[in-house]
Amino acid sequence: MKDMDPFVFLVVFQEMLGPVLWLLVALAVFGLAGFLIVVLREGKLDSKRLVRSELIGLLGGVLALVLAAKFTVSGFTDAGGPVDWLLVGLIWGIGLAGTTILAYAIQGLAPCRRCG
Amino acid sequence: MISEKGLHLGRRDLLRFMGAGGVAVSAALIGPKMAGAAPSPVSAKGARIVIVGAGAAGLSMASRLVQRLDGAAITIIDSRKAHYYQPGFTLVAGGIKPKDYPVSTTAEYMPRHVTWLEEAVAEIDPDGNKVVTASGKQVPYDFLVVAAGLHLDYASIEGMDVARIGQDGLGSIYAGPEAAFATWGAMSQFADTGGVGLFLRPNTEMKCAGAPLKYTFITDDHLRRRDNRSKAEIIYAANNKVLFSVPIVSEKVRMLFRDRDVKVRYDHIQTGIDLGRKVATFATPSGPAEIKYDFINVVPPMRAPAAVRNSPLRWQDGPWASDGWMEVDKATLRHKRYPNVFGVGDIAGVPKGKTAASVKWMVPVAVDHLVASLTGGQTTSSYNGYTSCPLITQLGRAMLVEFDYDNNLVPSFPGVIAPLEELWITWVMKTMALKPTYLTMLRGQA
Repeated sequence: MKDMDPFVFLVVFQEMLGPVLWLLVALAVFGLAGFLIVVLREGKLDSKRLVRSELIGLLGGVLALVLAAKFTVSGFTDAGGPVDWLLVGLIWGIGLAGTTILAYAIQGLAPCRRCG
Repeated sequence: MISEKGLHLGRRDLLRFMGAGGVAVSAALIGPKMAGAAPSPVSAKGARIVIVGAGAAGLSMASRLVQRLDGAAITIIDSRKAHYYQPGFTLVAGGIKPKDYPVSTTAEYMPRHVTWLEEAVAEIDPDGNKVVTASGKQVPYDFLVVAAGLHLDYASIEGMDVARIGQDGLGSIYAGPEAAFATWGAMSQFADTGGVGLFLRPNTEMKCAGAPLKYTFITDDHLRRRDNRSKAEIIYAANNKVLFSVPIVSEKVRMLFRDRDVKVRYDHIQTGIDLGRKVATFATPSGPAEIKYDFINVVPPMRAPAAVRNSPLRWQDGPWASDGWMEVDKATLRHKRYPNVFGVGDIAGVPKGKTAASVKWMVPVAVDHLVASLTGGQTTSSYNGYTSCPLITQLGRAMLVEFDYDNNLVPSFPGVIAPLEELWITWVMKTMALKPTYLTMLRGQA
C-alpha cells in the first residue's frame, strides 16, 4: 500500500466533481464559519434553535441516503456486510451533521427574530 | 434497489449526490492507493524517449516522465484520437452507464512538451534503436517505452462478424463503446425473453479476466429483476479447468455460479460461431462441440499487436511467445534483451497485469528504472504483479479482488473490506470512484 497524499485526493475529487467541488467547500466553510459566528456572538448554544436544526438534520441524513441510492444506482438495501452498514451510517451522519450545522447557522444569521 | 428504468445517470446527477456526502466515501476508498508526490525533475537534456501507444499506459508514462525529466525530447506515437476508459465497457454493456461514459479524447490528456506523432506504428527496430511509422517515417530513440496495448483477434473466430454485434443475440463488449452499447441492447432483449445465455473467455491472455464473469452475473441479475430467470439457462464456457487464474477466487466464483444456477462447461475454447443458426463452436478435449444460444457474449482471443508480434521484442519461447507478448522482466518491466526498452500495460509479457489498476502500479516502476538509467542512478522499485478486479456479482454489489503474481490476495483494506465478500461499498467504488482515479492517473497525478 502506498502513501496517502492529500494533493492526490484533491485532484481525484476535482476530476470527479469539477467546479462543484469548490461549491461544496464554500458551503462547508460558510456553514462552519456561520455556526461559529452565531455561537461566539451569543456566547451559548440556543437549545430551541439547536433542536430545530437537529430535526432538519435528520431529514438531511435521510436525503443523503436517498440521493446515495439514486446516484449509485443501488442503495442500502444492497448492503452485504458490516462495512456497508458503516457506509450507510457515514452517509447518513454526514448528511445529518452538515445539514444541522448549516441550518443552525442560517437561523442564527437570518435577520428575523422568529428565526432565532 | 435498482429499477430497470433510470439506470443511466448524468455527470450532473452524480455531482448532486456527491454533495450529499459521497465525497468522503470515495475518499476512503481510493485514498490508500495514491502514489506519493513526484521527486524534483532531473536534467535529461538531449535524451530522446519514444513511447509507442497513447492508451492508459502510454499517456501515464508520458505524464510521469515529463514530471521527472527536464529537457528530454519525449515523443508519443499513436494514430487514435479517441480515448476509451475501457473498464467502463462492462458498465455500458450492463445498462449501468450511458454509451458515452467511456469516451474522451487522447488530446485532453496529452502532456505539454510532448510531441504527439499521430500515426500508427508499422515497425519497431530495437537493434537500430528506431521506430518506423505507417507513413515510413523513422523515429530514432535513446529509450523506448512500448505501451501498444493488445489486438482483439476477432478474425480468428470463424464466422464472427463484428458489424453484427447487437443483432440476433450477438454481444461482445470489447470492440468499443458502440459495441458495448449494442451488446446492452441484445442482452436487455434476452432478459425480456429468456432462452440460453452463453458466456465464455478466450484461451489467451486477456485484459481484465474478471469481465466475462462480471457480465455473466449482471445478465443473471437483469433476468431476475424482470422475473425471467426461470425462463433462462445461463452457461459459462471456461477455457480450461478453472473459472479464474487465482485459485481462491476461482473457488468463490464456482460457489457463486452454483448459487445463481450458472452451468459451467470446462475446457471449452471457442473456435467459431454461426450467427444465423445462433450456434457457437468450441474445441474440447473430446473434439468439437456446439452450443446453441439466444444471447452470447463473445470474448475474442487477445494477442500482441502486429508491430510488436513481428519484432525482436517478443518472447522467443515460453508461454507468452506464441501470441507475441513483449519479453520484459516482470519486476522492472525492462526488456530482457534490450535494456533501453520498457514494456508497460497490456503488451507486457508477464504473468498478470492486463488491467488499468496494473497500469497504475506498473508505470511508476518503469519510470523509476528509466530515469535511473538516464541519470546513472539505481532504484529498487519493483512491480509485484498487483492487479485489481472489482468483480460485480449482482447489480449493487461487487467483490474487491486484488492479487499479485503469486496468486496471493493483497487486499488494500484488510479487516475492513473483505476481498471475497459481495459488498455495496465495492460497487460504489467501481461505479463512482474508479474512473476519476483513472483519469488523474493519465495526467500523472495519481
